[in-house]
Amino acid sequence: MCLAVPGQVESIHEENGTRMGRVNFGGVVKEICLAYLPDIAVGDYTIVHVGFAISRIDEASAQQTLRTFAEIGLLEEALEELRAGDEADALGG
Amino acid sequence: MKHLTEYRDAEQARRLVAEIARVVTRPWAIMEVCGGQTHSIIRNGIDQVLPPEVELIHGPGCPVCVTPLEVIDRALAIAADPRVIFCSFGDMLRVPGSRENLFAVKGRGGDVRVVYSPLDAVKLARQHPDREVVFLAIGFETTAPANAMAVKLAKQEGLHNFSMLVSHVLVPPAIEAIMRSPGNRVQAFLAAGHVCSVMGTWQYPPLADCFRVPIVITGFEPLDLLDGIRRTVIQLEQGRHEVENAYARVVNERGNEPAQAVINEVFTPHDRAWRGIGTIPDSGWSLSAAYRGFDAEERFAVAGITTTESPLCKSGEVLKGTLKPNQCPAFGKECTPRRPLGATMVSGEGACAAYYNAGRFLEVTSGGSGTP
Ligand code: SF4
Repeated sequence: MCLAVPGQVESIHEENGTRMGRVNFGGVVKEICLAYLPDIAVGDYTIVHVGFAISRIDEASAQQTLRTFAEIGLLEEALEELRAGDEADALGG
Repeated sequence: MKHLTEYRDAEQARRLVAEIARVVTRPWAIMEVCGGQTHSIIRNGIDQVLPPEVELIHGPGCPVCVTPLEVIDRALAIAADPRVIFCSFGDMLRVPGSRENLFAVKGRGGDVRVVYSPLDAVKLARQHPDREVVFLAIGFETTAPANAMAVKLAKQEGLHNFSMLVSHVLVPPAIEAIMRSPGNRVQAFLAAGHVCSVMGTWQYPPLADCFRVPIVITGFEPLDLLDGIRRTVIQLEQGRHEVENAYARVVNERGNEPAQAVINEVFTPHDRAWRGIGTIPDSGWSLSAAYRGFDAEERFAVAGITTTESPLCKSGEVLKGTLKPNQCPAFGKECTPRRPLGATMVSGEGACAAYYNAGRFLEVTSGGSGTP
C-alpha cells in the first residue's frame, strides 16, 4: 500500500473548495486531490499515493516507473487499488 | 534465481554491481526500510546478484505489517457495530486480528468497504448522514498527507458522522529504535524514497551523525536500488556517515511543505506500538487536540481492547533483521499467505510474503551438515 503510482494530469477543477484533477495512469483515469501540488499544471506528471498527488516528476521517469511496475507485477495490483474506490462508490449508491 | 541479463537495462545494472564488487572489502549489513523496496529486491533477486559481502536486511517499512494486533482487534469491534460503515485500504482486510479478520466481519454482514483513498470514506460520510463512517488510517509519512486532509475536510464540512481509527507510524524513530536495540547488526540504511518525497531529507542528518550511520535515500526500481546500495557501500568503505540522496528526481531536501503543514495541523506525535517490535516513543501520529473529536477510538470506546501476539510468529525478529523469513519455523508450514500467522505474511510488501511468493523456502547455507 506504500506504492505511489505515476500518472499524467488531464484536467484540473475545484470540488468542495479543494483542488482536484483527473489523472491518467496508463489508461485508468482517476479523480485525484491536487491540493498538495499547487503549481502542477495539465500535462504534468506526478506520483500519486492513495488519491493524492505528492510529488511532481518528469515524463521519462514516470514512464520508466510504470514499465518497472509492469515488469515486477505491481502494476495490476496498483490499478486494482485504483479501482477499489469505484467499488466503494458503487456500493455506496 | 534472477540474472542480471533479465533486467531491462542489463548493461547499467552490470556496471553498478561490478562497481559494488570493486569497492567492497569486507562484510556490511544494510537495511532497506521500505516494504516496496523489499518487494522489489526479492522479485528482482537483487540480493542474489550482489557480492556476498553485502547483506540486505529487510526493515519494518510495511505499514500493514507493523500495525499492532490490538489496533486490528479494535477495528474489528468497530466494524461489527451495525451503525458503522467501516472503510479500509484493501490489504488490511486479510490482516489477522487475534481471532478473525475484517473479511470475516464483512461475511457476517458487517458493512466493511475497501476504499482507494481516505477521500472516498469522506464521500461516504457525506452520502450517509444517518450512518457512522469510520476510516482505518494506517500508514507511514507517505500516507499521512491523504489521511490528514480527509479529517481536515470532514471538520470543515461539519461531517460529524466521520471518524478515524489512527495508527500512523514514522520512519526516523524506527531507525533510532533499530540502532539502539541490543544485538543490532544494521550498519547503514536505504531510506524510503516516497516517505522522503513528503517529508524531505532534513530529518535524517541528525540520525546519521548520532549513530554514525550512512543513510541513502533510495527509490525502488532495480537500478535505483543498485545505485543506492553502491553509494552506501562506498560510504561504509570510506568510513563516512552522510545523508545522500540517490532519488533526486523525486525527493528534495525540504519535501512537500503544503503537505507537512496540514500534517502538523491535524496530527501530533504519539507513542506507537509496532507489531512484533513493541512500543517506540513518539514513533507515530495521533489526532491533535483540535481534531480529537474525530478519533474513532474515543467515539466507540475501544481503547480498552488490548491483545498479545502469537508466540509462534517471529515477525518481530524478521522486522528487526535478526532473522530471515525462511528461518522462521512456521514459514510456509503453519504460516502462508492464505493463512497468515503474522502480518509480514499478509501484505505483498511484507518480508515473509515476499520470500514466500518468490519461492524462497530453503536457506542455502555453506558448510551445512550432510554435505560431502
Ligand atoms: S513466517 Fe509467518 S509466523 Fe514466521 S515470522 Fe513470518 S509472519 Fe510470522
